[in-house]
Amino acid sequence: MAKFSHKTIEKNSILLLVLTLIVVSIGGLVEIVPLFWIKSTIEEVDGVRPYTPLELAGRNIYVREGCYNCHSQMVRSLRSEVDRYGHYSLAAESMYDHPFQWGSKRTGPDLARLGNKYSDEWHRLHMAAPRSVVPESVMPGYPFLAKTPLDMRTVKEVIAANAKVGVPYDEAMIENAAADLLAQLDPYGDIDGLMERYGDNVAIRDFDGNPRMVSELDALIAYLQVLGTFVDFNAYNEQAAGNER
Amino acid sequence: MAGHQTEAQTKMPLSAWGMIVALGAGSLYWIIIAIYALDTPMRFHALLFAAAFIAGIAVLGDTASNGKADKRGYNNQIVKYGVVASVFWGVVGFLVGVVIAFQLAFPQLNFDTSFLNFGRMRPLHTSAVIFAFGGNVLIATSFWVVQRTSRARLAGDIAPWFVFWGYQLFIVIAATGYLMGVTQSREYAEPEWYADIWLTIVWVTYLLVFLGTLAKRREPHIYVANWFYLAFIVTIAMLHLGNNMSVPVSIFSSKSVALFSGTQDALIQWWYGHNAVGFFLTAGFLGIMYYFVPKRAERPVYSYRLSIIHFWALIFLYIWAGPHHLHYTALPLWAQTLGATFSLMLWMPSWGGMLNGLLTLKGAWDKLRTDPVIRMLVVSVAFYGMSTFEGPVMSMHWVNGLSHYTDWTIGHVHSGALGWVGFVSFGAIYCMAPAVFNVKRLYSLVLVEWHFWVATFGILLYITAMWVSGIMQGLMWRAYDALGFLEFSFAETVEAMHPYYVIRGLGGVLFLAGALIMAYNVYMTAKGRVRGSEDVPLDTLAQPAE
Repeated sequence: MAKFSHKTIEKNSILLLVLTLIVVSIGGLVEIVPLFWIKSTIEEVDGVRPYTPLELAGRNIYVREGCYNCHSQMVRSLRSEVDRYGHYSLAAESMYDHPFQWGSKRTGPDLARLGNKYSDEWHRLHMAAPRSVVPESVMPGYPFLAKTPLDMRTVKEVIAANAKVGVPYDEAMIENAAADLLAQLDPYGDIDGLMERYGDNVAIRDFDGNPRMVSELDALIAYLQVLGTFVDFNAYNEQAAGNER
Repeated sequence: MAGHQTEAQTKMPLSAWGMIVALGAGSLYWIIIAIYALDTPMRFHALLFAAAFIAGIAVLGDTASNGKADKRGYNNQIVKYGVVASVFWGVVGFLVGVVIAFQLAFPQLNFDTSFLNFGRMRPLHTSAVIFAFGGNVLIATSFWVVQRTSRARLAGDIAPWFVFWGYQLFIVIAATGYLMGVTQSREYAEPEWYADIWLTIVWVTYLLVFLGTLAKRREPHIYVANWFYLAFIVTIAMLHLGNNMSVPVSIFSSKSVALFSGTQDALIQWWYGHNAVGFFLTAGFLGIMYYFVPKRAERPVYSYRLSIIHFWALIFLYIWAGPHHLHYTALPLWAQTLGATFSLMLWMPSWGGMLNGLLTLKGAWDKLRTDPVIRMLVVSVAFYGMSTFEGPVMSMHWVNGLSHYTDWTIGHVHSGALGWVGFVSFGAIYCMAPAVFNVKRLYSLVLVEWHFWVATFGILLYITAMWVSGIMQGLMWRAYDALGFLEFSFAETVEAMHPYYVIRGLGGVLFLAGALIMAYNVYMTAKGRVRGSEDVPLDTLAQPAE
């Protein structure tokens, strides 16, 4: 057998290409593929549900405005973080997040446990003029959200697309997407269908304080108020088999 | 004009007719999308695509017959366009960086608008510097290098121009999309599904042009710079496809839903994100180093054997490093540990490559004193060494616990981006500019000196400010008082950042000023001018004092 020489590779561009592809594929395959079939990757917990159409619309505004550039949604398992923000984040809590919003920078605080921490009124003031409630803040103002009607043209399609990628939205949820969105804003309206489809843990109220319009702010606050509230950590046993990290 | 058109058309090859049919069909498709679009950004982008395709048809006759060859038959015309685009997008990207740096120091600069707020401008900055500036530098230099090291003209007549203009179109689609709120929120891969598909088509053409040129080579060996370029092109294709898998809400909508979610999606994103650094900002630019440093120093690469080890070790190890972006998160610990381990190992090939570049100067170190261009190239390699040492340190769990989510990361990235990627690009631009504009020399080497020092000072201000603010912020977040309570509210830590954000912004201003000096220098070079006081033969300038 002739002695191997690197010159063989240097003289054949296709061989160089193929070997390069093989070499760069290995790391990704070993690290990513097992995450899909090792069961302990995602804890088994109660309470995590798909977002309602209104919350999902709010999430899309969160994405659109690039909130992830400054806010993480991932409480790390470090004492100072748990003390500041609350229980560390579980993988299960973002299992319906397409795409994930864990973030990479905290110019502002982590938002993984933001839900129910502040009132809707606080969020309204904060979005309109952040420094009116937090003088040290460097957050941009978003006064236009309260004035912009929520675009309802693709509510159903967005739910359907999420169902396609594996979020457990059923036929009824897709069909009633627009009706469910409106129902969540009116506690005196017909909310039975919404409750039946999404459970008791749905906040139903007029989030932006302006009942005359379904605004982008309605959707965004509905989303912010549900962040990190799905899992009941009084009932969650982090030492149980399969839950240990 | 009409007569000229007919004349060109009679000479047009078959491939040009095929291209006209493809662009025609494409513009028809986009006009239909524009009519039925479900949102304004989609309608705007559809019209932009259609207009660009129609403009493409209009200039195709010219393009197919141009590409005037120089005396060795190389296609220098496309490199000239690449140099101009690189300088232009560099200035734009740095300018947006300066704006968002000051937005963090003075939030009033967001003006309460949707279009200009930090959340939309930050991806504009990162994409403009990485993909618009860096991408154009890579395309231009790779086309330059592959022709010279293969002693063959660039493959294809229309294809390279399709790559160039198709890539500019992608940049414009991505940039205008960000400002309108079109984003997948995947860092450094924010453009939505239709822009991603377009980039895929452009990128595959790029790969074919590169491979086609290698296939025509009249050198038996493929030069080492081309290994790095090839690895960069093909790996970016793999990462781009893997990370951007999504389901469009409708073909008439600019919105898509990511195929994967949560933990898996996070790792796929950082597998992409870290290797955008590894292959776009490292492997590609190492291709530049391996050609332009030896060329400018007029010395062979220090070690051939080290090049081989550097190449294979670097591309194998880099891919594994992604999980170090997810330490202490809900990603399983085994994956975090793999990521940290391989990140540490990555230090070795990185420094191997750095030494290979630096030691190429052996016997030519005096050139650092006389030639500001080679000084720029060498300092870039030194910055590469610094940030590839800092990276493995930060990927260790106990360091990352402090550094992650803080400005330390931003400082680290910019020592690599401004110092390494920026300077090696500027050096390559200064090397290519006289030749692509067909003039004897640069307008001014004194202005290169100025660019070097102004930009170096800017980088130092930037990274030191971010080290201080980042480490301080990390320490403040974890500080406890005597009673066992957290000592600082989050708002207090934000307030403490202010002076450092101002200093960082000033560093950015200096770096931008350096780029403007370069733009002026390149512009005057293109006009064939030589700065008055430097209008003497170069070799007399380079004489050391006796």
